[in-house]
Amino acid sequence: MSGIVKTFPGVRALDGVSLEILAGEVHALVGENGAGKSTLMKILAGATRADAGTIEIEGTPVTIDGPRAAEALGIGMIYQEFNLVPDLGVVENIVLGHEPQRGLWLDRREAARRATAVLHDLDIVLPLELPARRLSVAQQQMVEIAKSLARKARLIVMDEPTAALTEREIDALFGLIAKLTAQGVAVAYISHRLEELPRISQRITVIRDGRTIETRATADMPQDDLVRLMVGRALEAHFPELPPVPAGAPIALRVRGLASARGTHAVDLEVRAGEIVGLAGLVGAGRTEIVRAIAGADVPSAGSVEVGGAPVVVRGPHSAIEAGVAFITEDRKAQGLVLGMSVRENTTLAHLAAYAKNGFVDRRAESAVTVREIEELRIRTPSGEQRVRNLSGGNQQKVVLAKWLIGEAKVYLFDEPTRGIDVGAKAEIYALMVELLRRGAGIVMVSSELPEVLGMSHRVLVVRDGTIRAEFARGEATPDKVIAVATGLNAA
Amino acid sequence: MSAPEVKPNVSAPEGHAPRAVELERNAELARSKANRALWLRMAGLAAGFVVLVVVVNVFAHGAFLTPGNLTNVLRQITYNAILAVGQTFVIITAGIDLSVGSLIELSGVVMATFANAVPFGGVGLILATLLVGLAVGCTAGLVNALPVVKLNLPPFITTLAMMLMARGLAFKLAHGRPVPLTSTAFDGIGTGFLFEGLLKPFGLPGIPVAVLWMAAIVIVFAIVLTRTRFGRYVFAIGGNEEAARLAGINVGLVKTMVYVISGGCAAVAGLLYMARFSSGSPNTGIGSELQSIAAVVVGGTSLMGGRGSIVGTFFGALLIGLLNNVMNLLNIESYTQEIALGAVILIAVIVDELRKRYLASK
Repeated sequence: MSGIVKTFPGVRALDGVSLEILAGEVHALVGENGAGKSTLMKILAGATRADAGTIEIEGTPVTIDGPRAAEALGIGMIYQEFNLVPDLGVVENIVLGHEPQRGLWLDRREAARRATAVLHDLDIVLPLELPARRLSVAQQQMVEIAKSLARKARLIVMDEPTAALTEREIDALFGLIAKLTAQGVAVAYISHRLEELPRISQRITVIRDGRTIETRATADMPQDDLVRLMVGRALEAHFPELPPVPAGAPIALRVRGLASARGTHAVDLEVRAGEIVGLAGLVGAGRTEIVRAIAGADVPSAGSVEVGGAPVVVRGPHSAIEAGVAFITEDRKAQGLVLGMSVRENTTLAHLAAYAKNGFVDRRAESAVTVREIEELRIRTPSGEQRVRNLSGGNQQKVVLAKWLIGEAKVYLFDEPTRGIDVGAKAEIYALMVELLRRGAGIVMVSSELPEVLGMSHRVLVVRDGTIRAEFARGEATPDKVIAVATGLNAA
Repeated sequence: MSAPEVKPNVSAPEGHAPRAVELERNAELARSKANRALWLRMAGLAAGFVVLVVVVNVFAHGAFLTPGNLTNVLRQITYNAILAVGQTFVIITAGIDLSVGSLIELSGVVMATFANAVPFGGVGLILATLLVGLAVGCTAGLVNALPVVKLNLPPFITTLAMMLMARGLAFKLAHGRPVPLTSTAFDGIGTGFLFEGLLKPFGLPGIPVAVLWMAAIVIVFAIVLTRTRFGRYVFAIGGNEEAARLAGINVGLVKTMVYVISGGCAAVAGLLYMARFSSGSPNTGIGSELQSIAAVVVGGTSLMGGRGSIVGTFFGALLIGLLNNVMNLLNIESYTQEIALGAVILIAVIVDELRKRYLASK
């Protein structure tokens, strides 16, 4: 691809991006959110068309004017959200859209033969009889990859493929990618997890503000350089310094014997004002379920919750909010935001009573508080009236934060606060957490990024099978200790 | 709908940072742009109306553009407009209410039976009858909502069931025949005019009382939808129900309320119908639910939820009403009328979609 330009209303999303991917290589694409990676990907996939520039495949100029064209050219896409039909089986999903037929009828035997041939090539073992929705995330991803290969893909684009995988699954995925490249398939690999790039990629291209900044062999790209190229400036230390918890700080949150229908059981935890408690654990260990129960997103079936010393009967989100608990969910689009509403309307959604008189919304007060939050959090939006749908991921996440900040809660529950967010926005969110500590809030943070849990917590609790298995103070928590407990190697 | 008491910090940031000013200006721009889009749309509709009116008037030999006829159109759309107001609330939450047509009938039969049975008359009778009708409509709305809220059943099914049950019940209560009103207390609402003397110089017969009822309902609920917390929650639930729930909004209560409002609107329409025809009839509402949905959709409300307006709905009902009237004046046979109406609905939503895409691409 060279000289790709794509303009959106008001934004030049891509401004002359050039990129060269060799057969059999894993080429990492990195950049902050909004840098233009997704747009570039959509152009490759035929989901949108470039305004200028050329695309060549194996030396031949091509036009990609739709998803079908992309597929015919041997381009396969693995999106973060998979495109499997949940109620069809593995075989049916792999041959979807290309079902072999005998006359008018589906040729199931041939379909199974083709699908298993691809799976066999990749040494993938999957339960073929199960519908796709019963498979784990990692298994679904394998089906997606097999699907691309069954369509004779020569280039597979993967968007954040490891975001929802456990360590062991990531190893399996990397093994799979190695097999793909051995067959001459090229992989364009998009990821925010910079630390995994040396393991998997041969070359890295950095994109910033819609332009290609640099392409380098991974071996010649130390992480510091990478971060500097991505943000265009040197970043200070990755994590801010955590202020120590003041001696004698009151308990902000006390949880005893908490249980919920989602497998949470016997959870005891305490967070003091000015303290961050990190919940570490594997995906599916039940960390999210614990904070969901505290926040009333799932109603607890047993146990007690105290906020600021006062007992709270958690009957639903409203009772937790009233008691001073803010829950910043992991999936901002599905759970955090009303995308069709404006920044202003989203900001006040959880505290509208404070911005209303006799049931009537006071728009001036709403606008004032929205302007304040936009400035304080540096949300990149033309105004509070902009629809949240039109903001980038990091700015959407800031709107979610604004929504909870205006309530001045005593306890903030952060679930994967920096997932899918660029480095710059991450640093801002960490700084904000520190600011909340200074204001005397207690924080519980769930994160799948181990460095984040270790770097941003006063104490680390390790969760496995729906309950807390171990506790480490800041100094004691090391990656191997935490992983040992999380994986059950060391049954604490 | 409880939310914690927090002190809003309404004071502008100190010194009015330039960023704040810029944000304010942009917000103003966005608002005026939204307003402009709305007015453009209304102007487009109006222009369409004018062309239609002139052309039609020629073909109808001047019968269309008479004050009497236009007043008539307004009176004819009252029932549909009122139903559509309630329907708009339901549809913005991404629901649907198929029972409103039957509820006109059920509430009409019950109200007529009640009015015939009680010994008093006058305004007291009207008020009492309205309350009885509202009780019927709102209760039905409650029954519609409960399985939706508690068991997450699709509203299409629960309101379809209510549509059948309410119609059957209306027929049973009425023994299969209209229930004629014995009281004359309702004649004022059904056929009366207000401001007759005032409007006479303009050649107008006055404003039909029923039209004033409609205007009041449209205005009140337009304000409720756009200015109140409840209205905001209706949009939030239609836009993202889970996010609304996690924001502490009592989703069940708000959803219940929209079905109750819809049932209540159906009862008011039932009262006006009964007053107009001096009887409560068990088969007057057949097809009304679809007419109301048509008005809502033509008025620009999204069936996917999260977007819509009462004012748009009113214009949707007006457009459909004008069309019916025009076709009657032109002596177009009723089968052709149905074809034309269907086509207009389709064209209206296609134009709306294209307009949205055009605006989104700018």
